[in-house]
Amino acid sequence: MTNAEAPKPIKVLVRRHSRTVRITHWINAISLAFLLLSGLQIFNAHPHLYWGQQSNFGHGWLSIGAYESGGHLHGVTLLGATAVHTTGVLGASKVGAVWVARAFPPWLTLPATQYLALGRRWHFFFAWVFAINLALYLASAIVRGHLQRDLAPTFNQLKPGHVLHEIWNHMRLRFPKGEEARRYNVLQKGAYLGVVLLLLPVMILSGMTMSPSLDADFPWLVDLFAGRQSARSIHFITASLIVLFFFVHIVMVVLSGTWNNVRSMLTGRYAIQVTPPPPVTPEAIGDAP
Amino acid sequence: MSLPRPPLPRRAWLQGAGASLGALWLSGCDRIAEDPNVVKALSSAEVLNRRVQRLLGRGALAREFTRADITAAFKANGTVNPPDADYQAMAANNFVDWKLIVDGLVERPLALSLDQIKALPARTQITRHDCVEGWSCIGEWTGARFGALMDLAGLRPQARHIVLYCADTLGGRKYYETLDVVDVQHPQTILAYAMNGSPLTVAHGAPLRLRAERYLGYKQAKYVMRLEAVDRFDHIAGGQGGFWEDQGYDRYGGI
Repeated sequence: MTNAEAPKPIKVLVRRHSRTVRITHWINAISLAFLLLSGLQIFNAHPHLYWGQQSNFGHGWLSIGAYESGGHLHGVTLLGATAVHTTGVLGASKVGAVWVARAFPPWLTLPATQYLALGRRWHFFFAWVFAINLALYLASAIVRGHLQRDLAPTFNQLKPGHVLHEIWNHMRLRFPKGEEARRYNVLQKGAYLGVVLLLLPVMILSGMTMSPSLDADFPWLVDLFAGRQSARSIHFITASLIVLFFFVHIVMVVLSGTWNNVRSMLTGRYAIQVTPPPPVTPEAIGDAP
Repeated sequence: MSLPRPPLPRRAWLQGAGASLGALWLSGCDRIAEDPNVVKALSSAEVLNRRVQRLLGRGALAREFTRADITAAFKANGTVNPPDADYQAMAANNFVDWKLIVDGLVERPLALSLDQIKALPARTQITRHDCVEGWSCIGEWTGARFGALMDLAGLRPQARHIVLYCADTLGGRKYYETLDVVDVQHPQTILAYAMNGSPLTVAHGAPLRLRAERYLGYKQAKYVMRLEAVDRFDHIAGGQGGFWEDQGYDRYGGI
């Protein structure tokens, strides 16, 4: 046998993302960007996080502040008992030519200047956009089977051997190819399910728990997060996890084929390389035992 | 061991370019972020907040806590000692000359002394105070039921809001707030004269302050001098229905 006749892999465009997934993905991305920046503006109004119902002033588990020494402003971030000097990024940042005390720097907040009232307006507007969009996505994903068909891991994918194998492949930047690339791998499924079923809903619920009116109407919200200040902390931590997901997501998009991934989220079509079955020839039949 | 390298001119140029691009980006952003039309469009979400929250749970009581939960160092925010001379004179005299005026769209305008207010049906509640900045403190409040006071004055049917005029001047402007009539009869809407079992201190709003427990801290007006029942508030001060509302905060204040 020679390799000359071995079939070459051919590029096939498969339908990967439904229109609903594509539209809700981009609305979600835009909303989250506005929510993050306006959220950091709101955080800056009291850059201290606590556990429980109330604020134990001076004993937050996370605290961002500034102090003056030698005519200079220094930014300090306190994580528990650990103090880290974060001048220039957290606590103290340069605005124009002057140093100002503010937790997150102007380039990370919306609006850039310290303006809590306006930050809240942006935040609550996009909170509605984000929540309605997520509700539409989840309703569609359940009704049309996207969740069960595309995101739920199969029994075989959940076997520890397979999961470890995928982790090992990802660490070597080897991604599923060919027929295997038709579906999400188990790490993708886990990450996406974690975001849409856990992180994003937790953002909404912990955000609602910070509302005194909603707490009166739904006291279980406060119990769910073990206090309003805990809810504020969890809101911040979950937002941080979404930011972490975003960076990993972008790295994976780039490493596994930027244009192919972006196109699939714009047009729905995703290219995979498939090897067609070898052509059936009389010779081949003759060789069979 | 690496020796410090002199900075490349190109890097310095890039940093300069980056900084000015950044400044342009930020100022451009804020021009859009603060544009009145944009802000107006964004405010549509606040109407939604208020309507949905009123629809979902009209009148549910805010959680009440036990004495063990009370915050030792309850933060006093905003005005902590009114600079106003008339207030200082009343405070020096232990508020014996102080009277609460109730007028506007009421059947019987009133001028009540602190003792008269203390004789009204009262309520004590240990509740969580949530500041718009993000922190929370728990305190015990005792005061006259707002509804009982309004029953005494007789709210006219045209009345839609109660304006609370305060004694303190903050940043050159008199503090005031507005409360919707829907909140007047809420059991936890009280005019508090005691905190944690003692008369209200000046820092916390002596002699009388509002507690409306379903709302954020800036709605809880301190140093209350006068209640006016109105059908509209757009002619008062900045026209937005409150000291902080005039500076861009939402009047609903429930989230």
